[in-house]
Amino acid sequence: MQRNLIAGLALTTALVAPLAASAQTEISWWHAMGGALGEKVDEIVANYNASQDEYHLTATYRGSYTETMTAAIAAFRAGEQPNLVQVFEVGTGTMMAAEGAVYPVYQLMEDHGQDFDPSVYLPAVAGYYTNTDGQMLSMPFNSSTPILYYNKDIFAEAGLDADVAPETWADVEEMSRKIVDSGAAECGFTTGWISWVQLENLSAWHNQPIGTHENGFGSIDSEMTVNGPVQIRHWENLAKWEDEGLFKYGGPGGGADSAPAFYSGECAIYMNSSASRAGVLANTEFDLGLGMLPYYADVEGAPQNSIIGGATLWTLAGASDAQYDGVASFLTYLSSAEVQADWHQFTGYLPITNAAYELSQSQGYYDENPGADIAIKQITLNEPTANSKGLRFGNYVQIRGVIDEEFENLLSGDKTAEEALNDLVERGNSLIADFVEANG
Amino acid sequence: MQTKRTTFRSWWLPYLLVAPQLAITLVFFIWPAGQAVYQSFLREDPFGLSTTWVGLRNYIRLFDSAEYLASFETTVIFTVCTATLSMGLSLLLAVAVDRMIRTASVYTTLVVWPYAVAPAIAGILWWFMFNPSFGILTYVLEMVGYDWNHRLNGEDAMTLVVLASAWKQISYNFLFFVAGLQSIPMSLREAAAIDGAGPVKRFFTVVFPLLSPTTFFLLVVNINYTMFDTFSTIDASTAGGPGQATTILVYKVYEDGVKGLNLGSSAAQSVILMSIVIALTFIQFRFIERRVQY
Repeated sequence: MQRNLIAGLALTTALVAPLAASAQTEISWWHAMGGALGEKVDEIVANYNASQDEYHLTATYRGSYTETMTAAIAAFRAGEQPNLVQVFEVGTGTMMAAEGAVYPVYQLMEDHGQDFDPSVYLPAVAGYYTNTDGQMLSMPFNSSTPILYYNKDIFAEAGLDADVAPETWADVEEMSRKIVDSGAAECGFTTGWISWVQLENLSAWHNQPIGTHENGFGSIDSEMTVNGPVQIRHWENLAKWEDEGLFKYGGPGGGADSAPAFYSGECAIYMNSSASRAGVLANTEFDLGLGMLPYYADVEGAPQNSIIGGATLWTLAGASDAQYDGVASFLTYLSSAEVQADWHQFTGYLPITNAAYELSQSQGYYDENPGADIAIKQITLNEPTANSKGLRFGNYVQIRGVIDEEFENLLSGDKTAEEALNDLVERGNSLIADFVEANG
Repeated sequence: MQTKRTTFRSWWLPYLLVAPQLAITLVFFIWPAGQAVYQSFLREDPFGLSTTWVGLRNYIRLFDSAEYLASFETTVIFTVCTATLSMGLSLLLAVAVDRMIRTASVYTTLVVWPYAVAPAIAGILWWFMFNPSFGILTYVLEMVGYDWNHRLNGEDAMTLVVLASAWKQISYNFLFFVAGLQSIPMSLREAAAIDGAGPVKRFFTVVFPLLSPTTFFLLVVNINYTMFDTFSTIDASTAGGPGQATTILVYKVYEDGVKGLNLGSSAAQSVILMSIVIALTFIQFRFIERRVQY
């Protein structure tokens, strides 16, 4: 129903828009930014359209990341694809393998006369979307990394020092126990994105491999290795803490129940994307504390650096030269320091270029908003190793689903942490093998 | 049974008259079904850039996969529970209405209402009532000492989708049962009453056997409903979780095809589902219709 409505709207826009602006070249962009983020995207698009009169960009909200990606792929098969589509980082493997369906950004910029220097982008961000020859395939747009949020009021009520964020997992456990025992809150901590925060980032943060061949960066024919001792220990702990009431599971995927649990004061600590900051600030009255992700102090090499999530913009094949000129000009506009700094400050996503970071510094943004630079400090804490520069596997959208399922099997008591992670790796590897076969 | 014969004056008129129906069947059923069968023998990347003929491999893989076999089991449990619950309750309600004299029509209208609710909304409604954090029913259950959490507990999740799906279907079953009950001649029941049979005995020896055509018709309709039409209810309430505990076959087709973009496997699953429907319909017409007394 909703899809029909959107399709109807899209059709109406498609029919009406050319009449309104027949002299301009129409370009289209499908994105997954709803709510406040969606309004900001509309603002950026409106500003871009006002900044020049050769092209008219229409941005359309297509639902969740998964919905946006599958919609674009289905549209491509039907020959109705948008020029630009926002794809989340786990879809990167699928998009990279789809040669002939995508128009790599470095090539687009070169063919359509835009100055394009990949070195201006933050390495931790750009590296994720760069092929082994050092060519950038998609345009970074919204990248974030998980950080820790905590409710200072609850900390004070439980008799803890509200100015000290938990640093290690031992701290998280101890503080949570105090909070729950003192009755200051019902639960100690909750988290969004089990897969991204409590498995992928956990591994990178402790310098543990997520997969073979540098987490899949070196070859599409890789295997997952997240069933190592650190991951098993952490999942065992999470299950134990859930049993004891210290931890509250927020549901699969993004963990829809975790944010409300933190907003309402049910849980004192919350781990999620740095881009959740705007939402947290808008929905809470209490004194908010920020910190880096916790780590196990006895694991050698921890803390290493965290990895990003979020999405990039992919150009799809099959448009006219004039349209590509427009797409290239929009991408240049979008990566300008002013637009990026504004986007970064408004949303909590990372500044994707050094220039945007420096501009935010010189504008005094980090002085006015203490803790807003935790995310960037965390991804640049150490020089990334082969284990901590990201991950790239085919069929990873499905593997993310498998991670949630196996975590639920663990929490329900059907499996031990070791069994759940072993099964996860086995199922993940068979999905990667399918992908290799289909694309090899 | 008497057959009616109409003679058309021109030979093409009958064909012309059925043509729209045939065209619709061809375009909306035969063609996509044919494509699904064809696609189930292929392996394709999501964008459709490379296609390889793999024969029966998609099928072999499915039956090798523990997840797929578990989904069969889930489907059977879900179907049996939902059909039994919704048919049982609607029969009870229908019998109650059958005895009423004055308010029967008001009562009937009320019972039919849920049928007008869209399945996705029904899913959300039940999801709200049973939400582990703020659901009213969760709260009530907690008071009687049950810690409800369909996010983690597969049985809770199954109960939730069974309740939501059965509730949706009660109205439909109810209407058919009421009609079935009204077509049973009063004289039979009165005769049994004169012979000394009590209300319970009368129901099981006279009314229920005479209702069997309706019951069997509804059984087939309900099985088809639970296997295919409950998709949006499940999607809106549990999304197949936790850990695939409520992933019925049709939901898995969606998970693998739309979300996972594994079109070959998804098509193979659709073909298997299609065979199940064909088999069910065949059984209905071939065996059950003959044995049921009208």
